[in-house]
Amino acid sequence: MSDGFPLADGYRDPTLVATLLAQLHVSVTHPWVIMEICGGQTHAIMQSGLDQLLPPQIELVHGPGCPVCVTPLELIDKALDIASRPEVIFCSFGDMLRVPGSSRDLFSVRASGGQVRVVYSPLDAVRLAQQNPDKQIVFFAIGFETTAPANAASVLQAEALGLTNYSILVSHVRVPPAMHAILGSPQSRVQGFLAAGHVCAVMGYWEYPPIAEKYHVPIVVTGFEPVDLLRGILMTVKQLEAGTSEVENAYPRLVTREGNPAAQALIQRVFEPCDRSWRGIGNIPGSGWKLNHAYAQYDAENKFDVASIQTRESEICIAGDILQGLKKPLDCQAFGRQCTPQNPLGAPMVSSEGACSAYFRFHNPMEISQ
Amino acid sequence: MTTSPLPPLEGPVCPLPLRHDQTVVMGHGSGGRMTHELIQNTFLPHLSSPWNTGNDFAALPLSQESNVPAGLVVSTDSHIVSPLFFPGGDIGRLAVCGTVNDISMSGATPLYLTAGFILEEGLPISMLEKILASMKIAADEAGVQVVAGDTKVVEKGKGDGIFITTTGVGLKDPRYHPAGQSAVPGDVVLISGALGDHAMAVLSARGDLGFETNIQSDVAPLNSMIHELLSAAPHTHVLRDPTRGGLATSLNEIAAQSKVNITIFEKDIPVHTPVQAVCEMLGFDPLYAANEGKLIVIVPPDEADAALASLRSHPYGREARMIGEVLPNPKNRVLLKTRIGSSRILDMLAGEMLPRIC
Repeated sequence: MSDGFPLADGYRDPTLVATLLAQLHVSVTHPWVIMEICGGQTHAIMQSGLDQLLPPQIELVHGPGCPVCVTPLELIDKALDIASRPEVIFCSFGDMLRVPGSSRDLFSVRASGGQVRVVYSPLDAVRLAQQNPDKQIVFFAIGFETTAPANAASVLQAEALGLTNYSILVSHVRVPPAMHAILGSPQSRVQGFLAAGHVCAVMGYWEYPPIAEKYHVPIVVTGFEPVDLLRGILMTVKQLEAGTSEVENAYPRLVTREGNPAAQALIQRVFEPCDRSWRGIGNIPGSGWKLNHAYAQYDAENKFDVASIQTRESEICIAGDILQGLKKPLDCQAFGRQCTPQNPLGAPMVSSEGACSAYFRFHNPMEISQ
Repeated sequence: MTTSPLPPLEGPVCPLPLRHDQTVVMGHGSGGRMTHELIQNTFLPHLSSPWNTGNDFAALPLSQESNVPAGLVVSTDSHIVSPLFFPGGDIGRLAVCGTVNDISMSGATPLYLTAGFILEEGLPISMLEKILASMKIAADEAGVQVVAGDTKVVEKGKGDGIFITTTGVGLKDPRYHPAGQSAVPGDVVLISGALGDHAMAVLSARGDLGFETNIQSDVAPLNSMIHELLSAAPHTHVLRDPTRGGLATSLNEIAAQSKVNITIFEKDIPVHTPVQAVCEMLGFDPLYAANEGKLIVIVPPDEADAALASLRSHPYGREARMIGEVLPNPKNRVLLKTRIGSSRILDMLAGEMLPRIC
């Protein structure tokens, strides 16, 4: 863009991209399947069209790292139930409004009178709780290790302010257990991982060496701009070609091995690990966080009687296979026909970080028009 | 790190489809695909006319017996905005400029406006006066007169302070025929300036970003710039103001109306750095962000330089750029050549523009 964006322009530089691509073409001699774990990376790859410039031997498959995509139907139905109550102002990140539950979504709840607010930060929801003492403010705390510290901070702030009308509906998930689940599946095709840079900015990457060792996969911590992504891919390919499976950091300007200790402390103070169901993948032991006993009073599932809400997803599309990198969106019969961003059949089509949505919005038009 | 046993994988699962065709939701007002579907499926079966050609204006005959548009152009536009006052403008200026610009996109000269006001109980009269004074300034700048109006009041809580609907009448110059269906392969695509200023100014003015910006809305009457442009480039094929849904949505409308491909170049698209920064932080795309004072111009190649020079000589077009071209295929599609040399589809805005999670 003409005025540019000084913080990112260097990482979008066409000359640097061309240089890295040339190195990649020289380095690759075998076909390799590499998974970018993070939906933000999927989106960035499609938005820049990077996938079309890669050597044909490199196949990128898209991981389950889209928080909207993997939030289980049961929790969405609980969110819809809570958001419909007259005493509640339900706060959510924007993307979540479009995800269908069993029979409706948060847009529908809002259209029928429910108070649903899009917020940019959970701290905005805490402020709403201060301003509306006669209302219950519920924040939909979804996401990976990236959003967990701020959500934990919102609980601590509510505690410090003595607020009793703030709670969070927790659907936090963790990346390392999902990597175990994907690599442990007999169907897995993944030979190398681009680890999610922003998750690692919080958590570091000390959790990854045992995974790399156990499954013999290189794992490279990777950023989100074209130059970052290419650097991550190049380092992964060099390892694959050399037969090594190390954990490397291609995003050192943001990520250290230990991560952000202050953010980790917030998480540890408020949350504890739990089993979590991932939409499209199933239950993964130890893959989630829930509020620990000391903060149970801030748990919306406790505050509102939603335990009886249990739902099971119907089997229509191949979202599960896509989230595990077994299939690509273009393999789906419904893609671009019955299933489009404004009429999503599956969660990957809903979120801007979802693989299907990224394909639909950005992919080669010739492939889609077939 | 967990060393738990691996879970059984459940296999393909998916929620049921959910269409918003039973109830109006906010996405129907986004100006994107949901708005188009609402118009196609719900409005046009009841209210249609041969004079509706899918543009924001209608060019009409002067008598019901005639079937030739004879220079009369009308358009109407309703305005809602929160907050009512924002950096660079307010709902009054918006209401005048919106309709002036819709009329101007036909190449006509806007002459008269009517204005309907829905006022919410409790609106301070001083605020109403401020809005009306702003309408007067915008109308004077555009050279139009507000010739009739209507006022209704709704109970407290049943409006958002003030809603304004304006309807405009203009007269067409028979020499010029810009229309959405007139782009042809070989044409050059211009934009009159940087994108997303209005959307991000309004967003910042709501005060919930947690940071302040100096972004000013671009809301402006474009008729004088268009008047000069058409003198310089009389064979201009398309004029379109990329309002709700942004540049991407407007170009998709034009590609579909003209049954052509439009390809634009990311590196050439002007976006002010503060707007780009807000978009990067919140996960918005400036290509989908609303503008209220920008103009897409599609011209034959031999008039492109003259058109660009004319735009740049006008205060509202100083940052005008050539951003793309019209190609024969793939039809009805807009492609973006990315800065790193790849290309991708630029689709219409699907529903409501939502900030990303992380």
